[in-house]
Amino acid sequence: MNSFFYQFGRYLLLLKSTLVKPEKGKIYWRELARQMVEIGVGSLAIVIIISVFIGAVITVQTAYQLTTPLIPRSTIGSIVTNSSILEMAPTVTCLILAGKIGSNIASEIGTMRISEQIDALEIMGVNASAYLILPKIVASVVMIPILVIISGFLCVLSGIWVGQLTGVVTREEFIQGSIEYFIPFTVTFSLIKAFTFGFIISSVSAYYGFYTVGGALEVGKTATKAVVVCCVIILLADYLLAQLLL
Amino acid sequence: MIRIEGITKSFGDKKVIEGIDASFDSGKCSLIIGASGSGKTVLMKIMVGLMQPTTGNIFYGGQTDLTNLDKKHLKAIRQEVGMLFQGGALFDSLTVEENIIFPLNMFTGKSRKEKLMRVDECLERVNLKNANKLYPNELSGGMKKRVGIARAIVMNPKYLFCDEPNSGLDPLTAIVIDGLIHEITVEYHITTIINTHDMNSVMEIGDHILFLHRGIKEWEGTNKEVMNTNNKLLNDFIFASKFLKAVKSAYQQNSNT
Repeated sequence: MNSFFYQFGRYLLLLKSTLVKPEKGKIYWRELARQMVEIGVGSLAIVIIISVFIGAVITVQTAYQLTTPLIPRSTIGSIVTNSSILEMAPTVTCLILAGKIGSNIASEIGTMRISEQIDALEIMGVNASAYLILPKIVASVVMIPILVIISGFLCVLSGIWVGQLTGVVTREEFIQGSIEYFIPFTVTFSLIKAFTFGFIISSVSAYYGFYTVGGALEVGKTATKAVVVCCVIILLADYLLAQLLL
Repeated sequence: MIRIEGITKSFGDKKVIEGIDASFDSGKCSLIIGASGSGKTVLMKIMVGLMQPTTGNIFYGGQTDLTNLDKKHLKAIRQEVGMLFQGGALFDSLTVEENIIFPLNMFTGKSRKEKLMRVDECLERVNLKNANKLYPNELSGGMKKRVGIARAIVMNPKYLFCDEPNSGLDPLTAIVIDGLIHEITVEYHITTIINTHDMNSVMEIGDHILFLHRGIKEWEGTNKEVMNTNNKLLNDFIFASKFLKAVKSAYQQNSNT
């Protein structure tokens, strides 16, 4: 328990020194742009693949469970759309991104720590945490919601396509169900989740990277630990947000 | 100059450094030597402000106490400090030019042209012309150290710290790096403090030597005094090999005749 409070306190202190006005705006903008490309564009392929398959699988599995003719086929469209927007696009995508982006951030910063690059920044008088972590957090909270929007669209589109292809639901029925039971707040909720998860992924993995001690072996361990902790916190935050906002 | 007074550092119950007093002059290379685990690196980290001492004070320029500075003043002092790290600590994602220009971008309002001129000047000073566009992974160990020196001097520091500048280098390159550090120290009148266990550096550039043993200052003097010292621990440390023992006895015989 003591260790938890120690880690949490240290995490808050790191955030305090990170979330400050940048020392030299131009350099931070350049770094932010680089991180946005790395996090956003770099994760696009994996997000597309996951989303297409998730949408397809939900459609097939929902159709499999709706055996009674009393429930209209358009319900499949409604279930796929709502579950994609509410849960699949933000949570599943972010769990995958925690693995990709989280391990990347933790190992990058961890390597900088063990190779004394962070010490070099500090000796120069640069706020190392703000210079290294702030652009990553900002890039994550901007790019991850965009990736989640793309993921939501692709889930629904692949659901329509697979429904049509397998003959379980026509395109018209799917769209009719999606529109009929669509609640606009689900989109807002999904974006709130994406924003929160983006912050968790970048800040928690940066925290683990920043305090890496040891050598190459420890960098690997740190990256793994960062991903595991990010996933657990994402699931916990997912539940809390659902309980608070729905 | 830098003056340290009563520096002590403990990790839990373990005392790593005990009551060290010393003074390091400008324009001279001061070497901190000692066996592994003697506290050299900890002492250097304390002196550059990466670590807080348990007790004691560090005075930069004779007056400013590093241990009692707020963040703003510490930042100002750090801009007067250059450091060469053991592995170079170059930023992997940046080219040689970007590495050297980095402090100028962060802390000066100079034009890009002026900054590039300064980078070229520093690269020329360390004999590394035309390496501007190379990445750290394209450099040899010696080249990395040279770039590290160029980055350390780009802001015209008053204080230069070098952590084992010769580790991992062949003897010839090590001599070149030592010579370069010494030349820069004298030329710019910098206070240079070097952490090393390279005996060649001790003999070549040791204007002032501080020998640590188990966290305590065991001996202090110059490279000439090293040859005539009767301190057993220092003799055992420096003249450990048969070759160096032979060098010492030859030196003493020459001095007597």
